[in-house]
Amino acid sequence: MTAGIRHWCIIRNGLLLKDGENVMQVEGEKGIALLAAAYRHLGLSYPKFFKMDALSKAGIIASEILLSEEKDRFVPREDCAVVLFSRHGCEADDIHYRQTITDADYFPSPALFVYTLPNVVTGEIAIRNLFRGESSAYVLSKFDPEEIVRVTKESFEDPLTRTMIAGWIDCPDDDNVDALVFLLEKEGEGEEFSSEAIQRISINYK
Amino acid sequence: MSGSVTILGSSAITPLGFTPEENYRAVLEGRSELRLHKGEFGVREPFAASLFNREDVRREAMKEGIQGFGFFDTIVLLAASNAVREAGIDPSSEKVQFVLSTIKGDGTPLCSSASVLGEYFRCKHPVTVVSNACISGLSALVSARRMLLCRKDIDYIVVVGAEVQSRFIVTGFQSLKALSEEPCKPFDADRTGLNLGEASAAVVLGRDGAGWQIVQGVVRNDANHISGPSRTGEGSYNALRALLPAPKDLAFISVHGTATAYNDEMESIALERAGLSDVPVSALKGIFGHTMGAAGILESIVSMKAAESGVILPTAGFSTQGTSRPVNLSSSARRFDASGSVSFIKLLSGFGGVNGAVLFCRA
Repeated sequence: MTAGIRHWCIIRNGLLLKDGENVMQVEGEKGIALLAAAYRHLGLSYPKFFKMDALSKAGIIASEILLSEEKDRFVPREDCAVVLFSRHGCEADDIHYRQTITDADYFPSPALFVYTLPNVVTGEIAIRNLFRGESSAYVLSKFDPEEIVRVTKESFEDPLTRTMIAGWIDCPDDDNVDALVFLLEKEGEGEEFSSEAIQRISINYK
Repeated sequence: MSGSVTILGSSAITPLGFTPEENYRAVLEGRSELRLHKGEFGVREPFAASLFNREDVRREAMKEGIQGFGFFDTIVLLAASNAVREAGIDPSSEKVQFVLSTIKGDGTPLCSSASVLGEYFRCKHPVTVVSNACISGLSALVSARRMLLCRKDIDYIVVVGAEVQSRFIVTGFQSLKALSEEPCKPFDADRTGLNLGEASAAVVLGRDGAGWQIVQGVVRNDANHISGPSRTGEGSYNALRALLPAPKDLAFISVHGTATAYNDEMESIALERAGLSDVPVSALKGIFGHTMGAAGILESIVSMKAAESGVILPTAGFSTQGTSRPVNLSSSARRFDASGSVSFIKLLSGFGGVNGAVLFCRA
């Protein structure tokens, strides 16, 4: 099974790239401030964005960048999947939720609690884009291109999946974001999705 | 991708027992440890849940030489050890991969629990952690099946699912008004919400051998809402549809059945849309509570026990149909002829809009 890279996108503190080109000039913004700046730059009108945790915000920005040139967006697609990997999962939001259940300040927040799952980012991308295919989240001990490629390619063995938003997306806290996310196509013509390709892109644009 | 993988060993650890057999018996006899807890974990409002007696579990783990670990890691290691022993595999072999399914682990980064598991069994490959909300256990099985069918370098996969409850989880579900203060009533007209539960369960998968097989499994997103199911049952319907046409020997569907108003209604719609309304259904959360990251594996294992005994399990807590579409479930056990081949479907849904369905068959 082969999977071709249609587009890739990097979101890192001070950096926002699509296929190696600057999406916008970043003036040292980081974490959620960078994601909010990207939201404005992309001209998005999706108010739900502001309710999201850092991880889901990063997922929405990454998917918008990757899908911006796609035709026929926002029609239900069961052949589109979202499979993402992180180290910290939803820990940034866990910290916020925990602050609402201390003995001194006990008012558990449902709005924060619903984001305390590593897979909610995949759900937010699916909801925004009406992707009704697979959505899965994996937690790795480190950025591991081989593991990411292996599991992603196995995920293409789903009976319907043809297109996938896949890759690394990590937000240890609100001030840090590190995403390298791909738009992949089963048997597509782009560069083969391989650990070498991920490694090269990740190192070239540090 | 077509192709089956075989279940070579299994284990289930819940407040009701330390083996699949004990847990199956508990369901059959309607025994549950769901009860009201006041002040547990420092939670201010009382809640009903199925919680481990931690000392009992530690004693049992000690017999396996498992000690000195946090409680979450203890139940993970105990479940994995039992399943590995039954399968008779060497977990430290290069041919073995481990997969861990959990939502919150022990509250520390999930990858640290994966390291504990990996180091304990001297795993040669990094442990894969699947954290896909309440369907994590089924996601792990879907993922593991594909892994075994795709990879030449491994022959066995140990899939462990576990969840312990905490102030974090309980207060969160309370804030969503999702918890019932009494034992839950799946699909019942008077259902009042879900109960949380603790459990760990494991299976060892291989490519060959007789016994239970995982024939197919998929994950589908509703693309609707992060914390509520689709009103039209989109994701569950699509997940079920991937398993159709249903095998002729399909004995039952083990549904999610959390006993929240929306979930059970959604499932009734998804079953009807998939043309499966007549198939017998059972829901296990009135016995175990919602065991989250363990649910997909625990409920599959108990369902295997039932199916091979020719039993459709009773749905504890259910008495009066409470969904807009009829669902074929019963408060008492039913029998079917299991002398030939038999199959069942395990169905789950979760936050983030995820739905999972897996087809199990035994020749």
